[in-house]
Amino acid sequence: MQTKGCLTIYGEQIKSRLLIGSALYPSPDIMTQSIVASGAEIVTVSLRRQQSAAAGDDFWQLIKNTGLKILPNTAGCHSVKEAITLAKMCREVFATDWIKLELIGDDYNLQPDPFALLEATKILIKDGFKVLPYCTDDLVLCQRLNELGCEVLMPWGAPIGTGKGLLNSYNLKTIRERLPDTTLIVDAGLGLPSHACQALEMGYDAVLLNSAIAGAGCPITMSRAFKAAVEAGRFAYKAKAMPEKDVAAPSTPTMGMPFWHQQ
Amino acid sequence: MNITINGELLNVNNKALVEVLQSFGAAAPFAVAVNSEFIPQSQHSNYVLNEGDSVELLSPIQGG
Repeated sequence: MQTKGCLTIYGEQIKSRLLIGSALYPSPDIMTQSIVASGAEIVTVSLRRQQSAAAGDDFWQLIKNTGLKILPNTAGCHSVKEAITLAKMCREVFATDWIKLELIGDDYNLQPDPFALLEATKILIKDGFKVLPYCTDDLVLCQRLNELGCEVLMPWGAPIGTGKGLLNSYNLKTIRERLPDTTLIVDAGLGLPSHACQALEMGYDAVLLNSAIAGAGCPITMSRAFKAAVEAGRFAYKAKAMPEKDVAAPSTPTMGMPFWHQQ
Repeated sequence: MNITINGELLNVNNKALVEVLQSFGAAAPFAVAVNSEFIPQSQHSNYVLNEGDSVELLSPIQGG
């Protein structure tokens, strides 16, 4: 578990515990300002068919100008072969061996395919990739991915773009308990800064989100809110929360209480 | 010879991948796959396309 000040991703020390996406913003300028306001040091990007060379290059220049580390994804892939080919293309274009491995198993909830994910992870790690798999909150799947060599796991909080928060905090806590030395990042499904705070409070090392900021009424302000929430959650985790109780206990001293038993 | 690039059917005279990419207007940065297989940039200059090949020319875009 990450107990020191920095988030560790495959040996690299990252100060910010918020990873941010680059999609869905109202404008390129708001995207850039939101990314900067978040304090994130890692931004996610992707590859698609070249349509307008100028438009694609403009986006890429904006991202490069932020100076942030790039985490390319394989979003939209439905098969192992597609994901592997796209990962290799990402490695060449973005000059990084990091890959956010997304392999969709169902289009209704964009749920990752756990079986294909394992197969693709095995192949990519053998090929030298540092895989950050987007996975479900299934403990055994996470253990298997970890055994294959994933130093970072990214279980979902909820389906992508839903903003529902941590739907199964029991599962997420169990993964944290059982994989204490693995970097864990909640990826997807967050909608509010409080969701990010909860993830950090339970010991998750970071969160990755996009829609919650890009889809907010004011993305730049929401970006600041998530930055603060992640910091608050991490502080709370390090401070160790008080034990929860079922019975009330007064916080104000009862000793010397006036009018005691006078009624 | 008929090929497709990014789903668009094209009739090309030249079989050299690098020349087909140039005539298509490919602008860096990009990566290429042919028939769903990644073709590293180091191989572009020697890669020869065949009838019916499907070329994917991909560039950076926003991602979550």
